[in-house]
Amino acid sequence: MSMFGRAKQRLSKFFQMLFRRQRSRIGIYGPPNAGKTTLANRIVRDCSGDAIGPVSEIPHETRRARRREDVVITGANGNTLVLDIVDTPGVTTKIDYHEFLEYGLEQDEAISRAREATEGVAEAMHWLREDIHGVIYVMDSTLDPFMQVNIMMVGIIESRNLPVVIVANKTDLPDAAPSRIKSAFPQHPVISVSGLEGTNMTELYDLMTEHFG
Amino acid sequence: MIQGVQIELISADRLSNLTSMEKIRTILDSVMLGNIVVLERGLTPDEQSKLVEVTMMEIRPGGFSGIEMETYPGKEAESGGIFSRIFGGKRPQGRMTVIGPAGQLKMLKIERDRLVAWASLTGR
Repeated sequence: MSMFGRAKQRLSKFFQMLFRRQRSRIGIYGPPNAGKTTLANRIVRDCSGDAIGPVSEIPHETRRARRREDVVITGANGNTLVLDIVDTPGVTTKIDYHEFLEYGLEQDEAISRAREATEGVAEAMHWLREDIHGVIYVMDSTLDPFMQVNIMMVGIIESRNLPVVIVANKTDLPDAAPSRIKSAFPQHPVISVSGLEGTNMTELYDLMTEHFG
Repeated sequence: MIQGVQIELISADRLSNLTSMEKIRTILDSVMLGNIVVLERGLTPDEQSKLVEVTMMEIRPGGFSGIEMETYPGKEAESGGIFSRIFGGKRPQGRMTVIGPAGQLKMLKIERDRLVAWASLTGR
């Protein structure tokens, strides 16, 4: 390659680095057992054919934030967006290892799970203040949306002016009432989804391209 | 010997003179002693986020297991958002907040403008 060619290539790389748009980092937040990892797995599988992490009926299965980079979201509207998806541990104000014993875990395992969960929640809260550009807030649509953790988290997200899409999850369950979530948070886009069955995911992707683009 | 729960009511004036971390330490130190803390004016969202983070760091298996915290949702959650349009874009003042040790404080009723709490004399 000529000297001119090499100089042109270096200059091109320099400008690419200088003007490269930082990818948005989207955090999936919500209380424990709202179905965050199931939803994250569904999004990542739909968009890259992979999964982000294991799921379990025992609370705090996700005890460390897990990130999947370069997830390409395409809405039915044709819009495309490249995101980093961060699946976070369920936000709570209390963790008692006795709760895990009820699921048949041994004491040592339960204590270790509780320790990891506390670190994970602290980390997730820290990330929300420092490193997250948008939030998918997941709620279990069979539960009361006015849980303190939901009120608090939506308040924190709003105070940081982060774009948010609220997901009323678990609509496959018979007592799901996503309309309660819609009327509790009318100021934000709310989408009814079953992360488990994959219903309404296209509409979710439309909203994501609209709000996180 | 009479047994009971100590309830600490902290005025808005007292909290306003403290930094965020001082507020969080004041609340957590009291709750970790088994007290129920009532804030005349609640914490800002940022302070709530830090309170959760610091609470997590204080949890010890077999010891302190966290906090129970409740604020009535109020008009913000019903209509125009937490910093709703009805406040003209201004942050509303925090609402009265009850914080206690997890397992010792339970909320029986949470309405728009009313909280009914129950406190046990002993934790788990």
